[in-house]
Amino acid sequence: MQEINLKALQGEIKAIAATEGNQRTRLINVVRKVQAAYGQVSDPMIDLISEALSMPRIEVEGVVSFYHFLSKRKLGRMPVFLNSSAVAEMMGLKEVAAAFEKAAGIKFGEVTPDELLSLSWTSCIGMSDQEPAALIGGLPFVRLTPEKVFSIIEGLRSGKSPQELVEKLGVGDGNNAHPLVRSMVNNHLQLSGQVLFSSFTNGAALRKAVSLTPEQVIEEVKRSRLRGRGGAGFPTGMKWDFCRKAQGGEHYVFCNADEGEPGTFTDRVLLTEKPELVFEGMTVAGYAIDAEHGILYLRQEYQYLLAYLEDVLEKRRTAGLLGKNCAGKAGFNFDIRIQMGAGAYICGEESALINSTEGRRGDPRDRPPFPVQSGYLGNPTLVNNVETLAAAARVVENGAEWYIVFGSGQSTGTKLLSVSGDCRRPGVYELPMGLPVRMILAVVGAENPQAVQVGGPSGTFIAEKDFDRKICYDDLSTGGALIVFGADRDIMSIVYNFACFFESESCGWCVPCRVGTRLLKAKLEKINQGNGTLRDLAEMEQWGKIMKSTSRCGLGQTAANPELTTLANFRSIYQHRIKEDEYLTGFDLKTAVAEACEATGRYLQDE
Amino acid sequence: MVKAKIATTSLAGCFGCHMSILDIDERILKLAELVEFDKSPINDIKRFSGQCDVGLIEGGCCNHENVEVLRAFRKRCNILVSVGECALMGGLPALRNGIPMTECLKEAYLDGPSVVDGSIPNDPELPLILDKVYPCHEVVKIDYFLPGCPPSADLIWESLVGLLTGREADLPYELIKYD
Repeated sequence: MQEINLKALQGEIKAIAATEGNQRTRLINVVRKVQAAYGQVSDPMIDLISEALSMPRIEVEGVVSFYHFLSKRKLGRMPVFLNSSAVAEMMGLKEVAAAFEKAAGIKFGEVTPDELLSLSWTSCIGMSDQEPAALIGGLPFVRLTPEKVFSIIEGLRSGKSPQELVEKLGVGDGNNAHPLVRSMVNNHLQLSGQVLFSSFTNGAALRKAVSLTPEQVIEEVKRSRLRGRGGAGFPTGMKWDFCRKAQGGEHYVFCNADEGEPGTFTDRVLLTEKPELVFEGMTVAGYAIDAEHGILYLRQEYQYLLAYLEDVLEKRRTAGLLGKNCAGKAGFNFDIRIQMGAGAYICGEESALINSTEGRRGDPRDRPPFPVQSGYLGNPTLVNNVETLAAAARVVENGAEWYIVFGSGQSTGTKLLSVSGDCRRPGVYELPMGLPVRMILAVVGAENPQAVQVGGPSGTFIAEKDFDRKICYDDLSTGGALIVFGADRDIMSIVYNFACFFESESCGWCVPCRVGTRLLKAKLEKINQGNGTLRDLAEMEQWGKIMKSTSRCGLGQTAANPELTTLANFRSIYQHRIKEDEYLTGFDLKTAVAEACEATGRYLQDE
Repeated sequence: MVKAKIATTSLAGCFGCHMSILDIDERILKLAELVEFDKSPINDIKRFSGQCDVGLIEGGCCNHENVEVLRAFRKRCNILVSVGECALMGGLPALRNGIPMTECLKEAYLDGPSVVDGSIPNDPELPLILDKVYPCHEVVKIDYFLPGCPPSADLIWESLVGLLTGREADLPYELIKYD
């Protein structure tokens, strides 16, 4: 490793910290900039950052070790992050990973001697309809094949930039071809509904909102019975009301664009095609709860949209839809900034997202107090999902009566579904709430699927007998993900993939989640090796229930769902691989003494 | 009435749980009315005389002999009870589980600062140590678990009498609370 001139480094890191006003609440931005500049945030750099921001070293180190895209060890100048999602595995991940290792001449977890390339794994990057996908030099590369991998690595070695390589491979549809995006990502917007992807005039919702009182705006949202689109389904109007009425300092509106649930990519397409609608929703919410600041928390995986989104914000400022006296409403001042994430599934949890925005590890907080009471910097904070805010804008623009016509019962409006896996037309669908899974499968062209994962790994694994269940809050709730598994797929290896995902994404704060995710993974390994017994199944169910009832946040409470829902709906798959003898444990003495035999040169006498 | 037969053993444990069994004080006379001790360090009987009703296991498995003893207990005892932290979770001996076994051996017998002319112990009399310390239920089926380090005499007494007489054991919260 080349010697780093500490003195020079000190000056440079001071300068980086100064660009963020030396504020410790902007620590994520500072470490991201350091990571981008040096390909690492090393120990000496951590020292210097803590000095520049006058904060404890351990907090800086805690943050660096928390996020996927920050690394103490030096990464390549063109870091490759290949995502290991279940859908990627189904679409040829193994061959693509082997091609990366062969082309780069290194293994995953290593850096090439010339420090050009590094290979790392990461969780789902929101490209499930175009897998296998990787982030290379920060840009998404989708639909990878071994051939493409070889040509990409060759291109990087010959000095081409990732952007040049994207141009060569061809940019995607819609705004992916926008001059400020130029990405090879495709929207695959298969079906536009009448709420989110229908035509929208900039400012229409906001002008309507400011013609009403904030209370009337909230009343309209309440009457629409709009509920949180992230999956949990909390009534949006009620949340706005709580936040408006909360005592405290300034109020904040957060838009949660940290969609990390594998198989979910609805926010990506909304932000690509309808960013105005999302920002308009944030501004309307700002008016309703009397906030002056909006923050869009964008996951790092979507950084390729940043310049484009900043441009949209700038245009809205010019058009008078952001800034002082928004939409001509005297005294209503509101602006939006974008906070980048640094790679962590848990940051989609609202209190973890707030912690991250405050420059901390993305650990969830204890609740109460809820963010609407005490959120960002202790202020009342409204956190809504991207799709929720976009829908809220349309509700305010067109009225609750217009909105509730779509959907059914307590699940009003439309819902975006991101469909991936074994179907002919993967992509994004805007459908009325309340449709049965079977009908959706027909629409997306899924033939004879054996299973559907509704809501991603934290959701529900359903079999054919449940295909008449409906996508809505009262039945199958989903943040958008719908993953289809064809007849030939090995459900056990998919469940194992999900178990690995939760194990690596658990923030580690509480025991049931930190330990439970690891134990479940070990159980699956045991079963997959043919050593599973009946008792293992019983214990998985028992522990899964403990995780559900005692974990601190939604991650741990749902992390056992892949095992629990497959044990309920696909039990025979497990039964085929275990020994149905309650006295067997799967313990193998020969394996357990192998190391001792080697160390001593002795052998175990036959039992 | 035919007395129930009971067997006990200490695997990778410290005999603390056995001390706790003896801690039932004068109740041991009542116990003697209820049971007959078979293989156990308490009476120093080395071999099973026949099938037993209850086996009490202290300690986890750290070497192949532990595994063999435990398997023999499973075979000879109708009901097997893990007694204490080490049997339940591996306990103190399992502290080595985070360190590869060969590394442990090297540090202890070859590279340690106080080692002179070291060699890894290799007498045929010594059991082979396992790659890690296993809790008993990972090696054989265990029917009941008594937590504690050690479980209190009252807990052992209550559970054992409950098991032997078929009445529901009276286990107030204080008996199984450890924080």
